Amino acid sequence: MPNLVSSPHGPHPNRVDRIMREVLIALLPGLLAMIWLFGWGVLINLLLAGAVAVAAEASVMLLRRRPVGPAIGDYSALVTAALFALSIPPTLPWWMTLLGMLFAIVLVKQLYGGLGYNPFNPAMAAYVFLLVSFPVAMTTWLAPSMLTAHSLTFMESLRLIFMGSLPTGLEWDALSAATPLDAMRGQLDQGLTIAEIRAGPLWGDFGGRGWEWVANAFLLGGVYLLWRRIITWHIPVSMLLALLIAAGIFWLIDPQTHPFPAFHLFSGAAILGAFFIATDPVSACTTRRGQIIFGAAIGVLVFVIRTWGGYPDAVAFAVLLMNIAAPTIDHYTQPRVFGQGRRIKH
Amino acid sequence: MPTLRSLLPPRRLWQFHGGLHIPDEKTLSNGSAIAPAPIPPHLIIPLRQHIGAEARPVVKIGEPVLKGQLIARAEGQISACIHASSSGTLIAIEEHPIPHPSGLTAPCAIIETDGADTWAELPPALPHHALLDPAEIRERIRWAGVVGLGGASFPTSVKLDPGPSHRITTLIINGAECEPYITCDDRLMRERAPSILAGARIMRALLNEPDILIGIEDNKPEAIAAMRRALADTDMGAFTEIRVIPTRYPSGGEKQLIRILTGREVPSHSIPAQIGIVCQNVGSAAAVADAVLAGRPLISRVVTVTGRGITTPRNLEVRIGTPIAALIETCGGYREPVRRLVCGGPMMGFEILHPEAPITKPANCILALTAAESPDPGPALACIRCGRCAEACPANLLPQQLYWHARAKDLDRVQDYNLFDCIECGCCAQVCPSHIPLVQYYRFAKNEIWTREQEKRKSELARARHEAKQARLERQERERKAKLRQKKEALQTPTSADPSDPGAPAAAIAAARSRAAARKAASTQAETSDHA
Repeated sequence: MPNLVSSPHGPHPNRVDRIMREVLIALLPGLLAMIWLFGWGVLINLLLAGAVAVAAEASVMLLRRRPVGPAIGDYSALVTAALFALSIPPTLPWWMTLLGMLFAIVLVKQLYGGLGYNPFNPAMAAYVFLLVSFPVAMTTWLAPSMLTAHSLTFMESLRLIFMGSLPTGLEWDALSAATPLDAMRGQLDQGLTIAEIRAGPLWGDFGGRGWEWVANAFLLGGVYLLWRRIITWHIPVSMLLALLIAAGIFWLIDPQTHPFPAFHLFSGAAILGAFFIATDPVSACTTRRGQIIFGAAIGVLVFVIRTWGGYPDAVAFAVLLMNIAAPTIDHYTQPRVFGQGRRIKH
Repeated sequence: MPTLRSLLPPRRLWQFHGGLHIPDEKTLSNGSAIAPAPIPPHLIIPLRQHIGAEARPVVKIGEPVLKGQLIARAEGQISACIHASSSGTLIAIEEHPIPHPSGLTAPCAIIETDGADTWAELPPALPHHALLDPAEIRERIRWAGVVGLGGASFPTSVKLDPGPSHRITTLIINGAECEPYITCDDRLMRERAPSILAGARIMRALLNEPDILIGIEDNKPEAIAAMRRALADTDMGAFTEIRVIPTRYPSGGEKQLIRILTGREVPSHSIPAQIGIVCQNVGSAAAVADAVLAGRPLISRVVTVTGRGITTPRNLEVRIGTPIAALIETCGGYREPVRRLVCGGPMMGFEILHPEAPITKPANCILALTAAESPDPGPALACIRCGRCAEACPANLLPQQLYWHARAKDLDRVQDYNLFDCIECGCCAQVCPSHIPLVQYYRFAKNEIWTREQEKRKSELARARHEAKQARLERQERERKAKLRQKKEALQTPTSADPSDPGAPAAAIAAARSRAAARKAASTQAETSDHA
């Protein structure tokens, strides 16, 4: 009987689109900080990625003969686009952004069945795809505004992204700078001590100068998500704590070759990853204990890959690795059912 | 002997996992005192308003009936008696829509009322019930047709007879009323607290004198005060405690309330008596008091008629069998278009498709929800695995996994995830951001499993019958063969005795001769020996 509707009959306060909108709102402080530090390229990337993501989602839904409206209306494609755009270098050639978004939406998300069915975080999968395919372009970052003599104007950014042409009289060396994680690794490999490295002009209070403000802004957004109950503390806290502890142990063992723990937290994508990426519900663990294990494992993996791995930052790799493990962790961390002494049989 | 209460720190309350804070909407109707609803021209009284077997009609069609007269007798152990709720004539026993989640019809006794509301002769009041045989009291409660009025409608007399294997240490009186909108228990506690306590005392006497715990949510301060005042007027204080519990849906669920008040969990697939607890609704307690102390059967109940679609939300004392449409008229009809008419609360109630369906014993609330109160949830979106459902689940299940497996009709996996521990409270569906009708999936899966098991039982029965038939046929065959063999043997061995044998007379003669010769020889031998 189709006209019979099951209880509950009251209003449903939660909606997927509201959750996704809140995530987008929470990304605003980080976005503004990044625009302030790295110029218009960030915004151009965001708009480009967003347009491609929505177009790709709509076309796949049309091909699958599914309603397009709800898929676009849930804003999930925009969240993927925003996370991706905030992770890539601000001057990435437009076609790489396009390629990355197509990869994220078509392959990683829709080919698995669309929202809710993708085992991997689409934004991070696309990031890793580009990083492996175009390592130089994906690691060429602009220097933060306070460290460079020339900030690109909006038109200069557009020309750089869409035509690959630098403003006249400027070389890449004048614009770009190693990211703090890159610089730290490079200089440690050269045999410098932490004290010597931190004497350089790149460094701020915790991490790289400028970069730490990006992390602070994302932290603000993360706190907003917690306050709005969009995410719970389990994944971010366990991830950051694990990273802090892992970094802390090695820093205590040898503070001259291992940067102090706060450096790890406020460099790279640790904060963004903890609050916005690892917490992607679709690809993360769903049981509470599972989430703590999931977050902690990402934290440890981030430290391990940053310290001994081949890439300077590790959040994307760590998240993807744990995405694979999430179903297994969920299976072994099922809660005890009310009235049952035992857990669910495996 | 130490009682449960003396062993535990006083006034301690426990928590259950999950649950929700929902706007309680009780102010719509909690200011309305219980008023009698008018007698409708026709009463439609379903023969089954309880868990268990349908009651068997004992009045013939066309006969006059009086108010309180037994019209259908409880059939079997788990069943409940049904009484006429006003005087008039029984005009039919026929299929009629009833308030049931299925929206189907069921056999109902239709009484054309005469408006005189004349009482039948009632059994005597039993004020000295404590001196009587508990079996007699139970029989009275059974006669009165008292069932759980909190919604489950399990026959109360059965629940009050836990048997010698379960020693009851705690009797819980459930006044939590955690569902939004509903205020009938609230009003009952405010207005008839002494009756509730009297009922609790009777039930206690039937259960081996356990302690009584009365749980009331803290959003009903007037009810709490009234119950406390009434308790102070009795001598029940030594073994009765009123505990105020935090408002959190579904604290009124039997298992949840037991957990809150005692810290104990009713084992999965088990009943509270297993851990020495019996839980009764305040309405049931009052009905028990009526049955025992006044000899009155359960022929009416308090119903909250509310929702923003109702002109004047009210609490009414309603005769069982009153059509829902008549009640809505009593409350001034609809104020604005109603999106959904619900029997029960918004969380666990079910939609009423036929407003001519009657009020039954478990129907505690008629809810007319407007479009604003019950907005169209829209098409369900994909599950994004956010886990809010698991966070809200009071049974600590994984609703998401249940949903996957129920949708895939994987009935074994869905049971591995403890589908049958689901109490269908609706918390998961309420918080789901994808608006998936989770409870509907669980009910579907439960029904599928029940159907499957029924079919399995049927096929097993058929197999057993087939095997029995085979065995019977084989036995008959064996017996037939044995008889045949016996006959054959009988034919073969004594051929000489057969009279049709042509050589028989000669042989018989020869035999007779030899016998005579032997006799002769014997006698001569005797003679010779005599002469010797």
